[in-house]
Amino acid sequence: MAGRPDIEAVFRAEYGRAVAVLVRFLGDIDLAEEAVQDAFATALTRWPQSGVPPSPAGWIITTARNRAVDRLRRESSRNARHAEAVRLYAPDAPPEEGPVRDDRLRLIFTCCHPALAPQARVALTLRLLGGLSTAQIARAFLVPEPTLAQRLVRAKAKIRDAGIPYRVPRAADLPDRLSAVLAVVYLIFNEGYSSDAALCVEAVRLGRLLAELMPDEPEVTGLLALMLLVEARRPARHDADGVLVPLPEQDRSRWDRALITEGQELVRRCLRRGRPGPYQIQAAINAVHSDAPTAAATDWRQILALYDQLMAVAPSPVVALNRAVALAETEGPAAALDLVDALGLGSYHVLHAVRADLLRRLGRRAEAVVEYGRAAELAPSEAERAFLERRRTGDGGGRPHGDPCHPAGSPE
Amino acid sequence: MKHYLLSVVQPAGGTPPAPEALAEIMRDVEAFNDELRAAGAWVFAGGLHGPETATVLRPKDGDVLVTDGPYAEGKEYLGGLCLIRAADLDEALEWGRKAALATTLPIEVRPFVDQH
Repeated sequence: MAGRPDIEAVFRAEYGRAVAVLVRFLGDIDLAEEAVQDAFATALTRWPQSGVPPSPAGWIITTARNRAVDRLRRESSRNARHAEAVRLYAPDAPPEEGPVRDDRLRLIFTCCHPALAPQARVALTLRLLGGLSTAQIARAFLVPEPTLAQRLVRAKAKIRDAGIPYRVPRAADLPDRLSAVLAVVYLIFNEGYSSDAALCVEAVRLGRLLAELMPDEPEVTGLLALMLLVEARRPARHDADGVLVPLPEQDRSRWDRALITEGQELVRRCLRRGRPGPYQIQAAINAVHSDAPTAAATDWRQILALYDQLMAVAPSPVVALNRAVALAETEGPAAALDLVDALGLGSYHVLHAVRADLLRRLGRRAEAVVEYGRAAELAPSEAERAFLERRRTGDGGGRPHGDPCHPAGSPE
Repeated sequence: MKHYLLSVVQPAGGTPPAPEALAEIMRDVEAFNDELRAAGAWVFAGGLHGPETATVLRPKDGDVLVTDGPYAEGKEYLGGLCLIRAADLDEALEWGRKAALATTLPIEVRPFVDQH
């Protein structure tokens, strides 16, 4: 007998697909969500007796559509667009598998439309494609639930009233629009990296979905590879006390080999296309780290070369800082310190952590202590603060450095 | 088809462009209007005199009060507008993008309430 957990699994896996199809049927996001939620509510009462149907997604979509059509027929006051939807989609039309693929892609581009505020894009994507509840999203982003609910309502109203289209952008617009989509997924991943691991899992799921829907876009593959390779290190990232363990000191036997293998394979596959973008290059940097059996065996020359490439396609002070870390390994701490001192990242804790480490390696212990203190003050999480405090008081000998992979650059 | 208003956002108190630059902008704006007409998207377009030419009429106790000056003083004002027909926001934004390049000024794109 199928239990409740099965239905939850189906919900997480199929909610986005069902909403996407229903949005196309109905031309209305709210109505689509209600219909899909209705269908899942029905599943909760039916499936424990009847068992999970062979095609749960098909069952949910058909049920949701029938519910929506019944409802629209009852509510004669609905506008002409809905009446048309009822007329176009007879309740016994079979669910189409082909267009379903495109429906989800359409919905992602709608959720991540540049006319929406970035926070609204993140919330909509998690809500409509991830099936996360308003409460879950609000918790993850430390926003009061009513604020987040309001943000979702406004975004959906703008989609409807401003006429944000429900379609995949034409080829000429795709590079721009795709980068907005990738940025949303990566933002979700980064948020999870420092707060809630469930968000990382969701981001990886969305990354897999995008890679499945757009197999020919190397940056899509690159982003998925990047997330998998960073996620692979999660088990080794904190010690038993919850204190951050920096990359060079991590117990590499605790890294998730399956994720690393998959990530590396994806890196190779997308780089073969010869169109390296920022996500592919960051993924490649992480692949080099994952290749090294020990921290000492890390191929820093290759990493430095990749940072040079990253600076060429997506220069930023954070990338320059991470490049300086690689330079310290190949040219020594003095050269790196000159670079770091030229960067304007005063309130960025990683800058101070890197600087402290370079000073320590140059034997300037007193200055290093001050810098570790500054880094600890600015650190966003307790795990990082605890780690930097340990360094400041000279407990533990290894060295921190900017996480070469993580754009936020926290010292993993 | 939906209707969208493209508003030209003009900075207040700025120095106007030099005559040659202005002539080029006017040519670009005219070319933009021609393109709108050719595409069947043109409804209406026009520039506005400055806010110092504005008069505000305010209802008061069944009467109407006439005052000199704009309704609201601001760092920016409405410099002109263009009313277009477009299938959706993407299409309207594409026209807005062209308008921004032609006028060299920020353009606000807003949908009209649907008319049924």
